Amino acid sequence: MKPFSYALKQVTPILLSYLFIGIASGLLLNQAGYGPVWAALSALLIYAGSMQIVMVTLMTAGVPLAVVAVTTLLINARHIFYGISFINEFRAIGREKGQRWKYPYMALTLTDETYSVLCSLRLPAGEYRHKVEFTILFLCHMIWIASCTLGAVIGQALPADLTGIDFSATALFTAVVVNQWREARSHLPAVIGFISAIFFYFVLGPDQMILPALSASVVALLFVKKRLPTEELEGAHE
Amino acid sequence: MSNTLHTAAVIGIIALMTWITRGIPYLLFARKDPPAWVTYLGKVLPAAIMVILVVFCLRHAPWAAPTHGAAELISVGVVVGTQLWKKNILWSIAAGTLCYMLLIRTVFPV
Repeated sequence: MKPFSYALKQVTPILLSYLFIGIASGLLLNQAGYGPVWAALSALLIYAGSMQIVMVTLMTAGVPLAVVAVTTLLINARHIFYGISFINEFRAIGREKGQRWKYPYMALTLTDETYSVLCSLRLPAGEYRHKVEFTILFLCHMIWIASCTLGAVIGQALPADLTGIDFSATALFTAVVVNQWREARSHLPAVIGFISAIFFYFVLGPDQMILPALSASVVALLFVKKRLPTEELEGAHE
Repeated sequence: MSNTLHTAAVIGIIALMTWITRGIPYLLFARKDPPAWVTYLGKVLPAAIMVILVVFCLRHAPWAAPTHGAAELISVGVVVGTQLWKKNILWSIAAGTLCYMLLIRTVFPV
């Protein structure tokens, strides 16, 4: 299968979620008085669903730019943890002849959804996998820009009642968890993630849970490093 | 500041901050190879992160309501079941999302 066709097949699980969240964020932005050009620009440059929705509030409320900066750091800090799994992979892609620019592009287009799709990829290391990974990230970025712009162009409520379609993101992550669980030789990382997420949900509440949960998982995983020999693990990439 | 300039500035700052959060791991290891413990984390973190993302997605489910988030829990169950049965992520997303959209319109109205 050509890298493009293979990548296209991997992108389909994201399609529903990106279309809906993108259109919703474009709609919101347009209703606040910012047209399709702004929607396209923020989709191109920011490319983070929850942040683009928060952005509408930040714009209309006339919040100082320093507050905008801090809010963004807090909401998006979880992305720091995603990059860790792809340092070696993206560096290798950047080392290929004439592909240097792909390295920063791929690093900056790793979102919740594209991260989960790249983690689910089961291909031997090499140029074919590199092409597939780049194409996945590029296609998703384009789909996102198209959906956000479309939302702003439609400019009013969607014709059909689609309440609840945002569950598709939860469903995507859940399906990836099932896959990882079945493939993993050790379930300790998943269990650690679950315990820390539940713990911080109850201790700090729904809106403050994610960063502490991610950080606690990192610490816990480092703590059990000796009990998890890496050779035995089915990681995202080896 | 004019309105257009302010809007551009807000988008620019959000974009810059987002790039920083996405770029940090790569900036830290731009020249040297990541140490063994970072490579180890890269391998074990995805399994933990995906579970945390699921909990994160469900954080605003109506746990305190009389239904106790039954629509969400049942739909997550449908995703797990479909994934174990069909082993196809697309089927699982379609089944789970459809189930959720039906449940919140019929048995567990929001």
